[in-house]
Amino acid sequence: MKLVVAVIKPFKLDEVKDALEAVGIRGLTVSDARGFGRQKGHTEVYRGAEYQVDFVPKTRLEVAVDDDHVDEVVKAIVTGARTDSIGDGKVWVIPAEQIVRIRTGEKGGDAI
Amino acid sequence: MDTGDTAWVLVSSALVLFMTPGLALFYGGMVRAKNVLGTLMHSVFAMGLITILWVLVGYTLAFGSDTGGLIGGLDFLGFHNVGNEAHPAGLGATIPHSLFATYQMMFAIITPALITGAFAERIKFSGYVAFMSAWLLFVYAPVAHWVFHPDGWLFKLGALDFAGGTVVHINAGIAALAVVLVVGKRRGFGKEPMVPHNLTMTILGTGILWFGWFGFNAGSALGANGLAASAFLATNLGAAAGAVGWALTESRKDRKATTLGVASGAVAGLVAITPAAGFVGPLGAIAIGLSGGIVCSWAVGLKFKLGYDDSLDVVGVHLAGGIVGSLLLGVFSTVAVNELGTDGLLAGGGMALMGKQIVAVLATLAFSFVVTMGIAKAVEATIGLRVTQEDEIVGIDLSQHSEVGYSLSETSGSFAARPEAPPAPATTGARVVVTEGGGA
Repeated sequence: MKLVVAVIKPFKLDEVKDALEAVGIRGLTVSDARGFGRQKGHTEVYRGAEYQVDFVPKTRLEVAVDDDHVDEVVKAIVTGARTDSIGDGKVWVIPAEQIVRIRTGEKGGDAI
Repeated sequence: MDTGDTAWVLVSSALVLFMTPGLALFYGGMVRAKNVLGTLMHSVFAMGLITILWVLVGYTLAFGSDTGGLIGGLDFLGFHNVGNEAHPAGLGATIPHSLFATYQMMFAIITPALITGAFAERIKFSGYVAFMSAWLLFVYAPVAHWVFHPDGWLFKLGALDFAGGTVVHINAGIAALAVVLVVGKRRGFGKEPMVPHNLTMTILGTGILWFGWFGFNAGSALGANGLAASAFLATNLGAAAGAVGWALTESRKDRKATTLGVASGAVAGLVAITPAAGFVGPLGAIAIGLSGGIVCSWAVGLKFKLGYDDSLDVVGVHLAGGIVGSLLLGVFSTVAVNELGTDGLLAGGGMALMGKQIVAVLATLAFSFVVTMGIAKAVEATIGLRVTQEDEIVGIDLSQHSEVGYSLSETSGSFAARPEAPPAPATTGARVVVTEGGGA
């Protein structure tokens, strides 16, 4: 089992969700995040005073998947989130040792 | 007594009172989220504190029988002799004295509240209460007497101030500078970004201020008449031209027009037109509002160049805008609008009025700066004016008021009962677990 984590542009969330549903994903966790990569931040101006804002708003999403589905899930996220401009984000895959569905106590692949 | 005049000044009093919660929102949106309630409190609590002080002593010091053109006597202490007859010196000759005194109360509330934008985000609540009380009695009341009382020395000199360019805006603006020089800069000023946390709130506050300002300026005619109508129009033109002036300036300088710029410009235009609203025609009002917007959009940058921390630009907007309006009155004033006024430069009156306006501006600047600095230092030395470094980092909402403005997530913890509170009766349904001595 793997945990696929992605940081994407907030306005691409719906497209990513649709792409994940299309490959059979039935659960997804989303949270608001802030960060910077090569994109760096942006400038805000209040009464003529300029401020460099280092961290820009991003959306972080997490999906637990079977080993067999990792590649198509990553592909779905990349396809859904891409705009071809700087700041599109990243996807990474980390091993998940155990997964438990709290309601039933099911474990492993059955809990996904 | 005139019922129409009385009705209009009653409504105007309510309009001017409404400006103070408007100011609270205007300022509250511009601070960081951790200071929003404390900043709202600085305006809203003034409605409580100043109202009472005004009735007890403030009013009589401003509008009581004259002593040397400098201050009022004690004949109206506790609103004694303030009743249904008009003010004995003919202030608002067609409305009850009690109404004139109440209308003036609303000005006395918002003027010190304007100052609070300068020391926002770092003031102890007890120090704020002491400062505001002393400032009302020792600065606001005398200056109001000089300018608005028929025996006041600036009134007799012939300086014009229709609704408070000197008394309200220059007075509050220079006091703001004096008090921030005593209080000092916020931690991280000029290094860390201190960006407004909710400009939607600021825009709503701007709308309420603009709306209430009709009572402030058109109400200052103290009657339901042509002068009130003329001042009403001039007020709207001042605000409009100020908003346009600021937006034009920043779209040239910073490439973009901002909502905060338009809001600030509207207020700057309103400030500038305040002393002139009942003395200038529509074109004069546009010129004054536009000048207010342009000059103030430049003046808000002074704090970074000169190194004082005027958090929400009270100096840049109220001091600069008040000076612009008071001096341009010497250019645009015309007796065609108000026969009790004086012709300024463009109406063929020469520089005489301008000279008097300069005297009024300088006198207000000097008196208010010196006395405010004395009050601020006295409060700082006794009660303390500034929060501790730790309290400033936590934010004044939590450190001064034990509240937070935005509880956006479920909080964890437990109900902390005060030790003397009786135990909650056991009832079915709702259960409150009372931890002895306070849990959290």
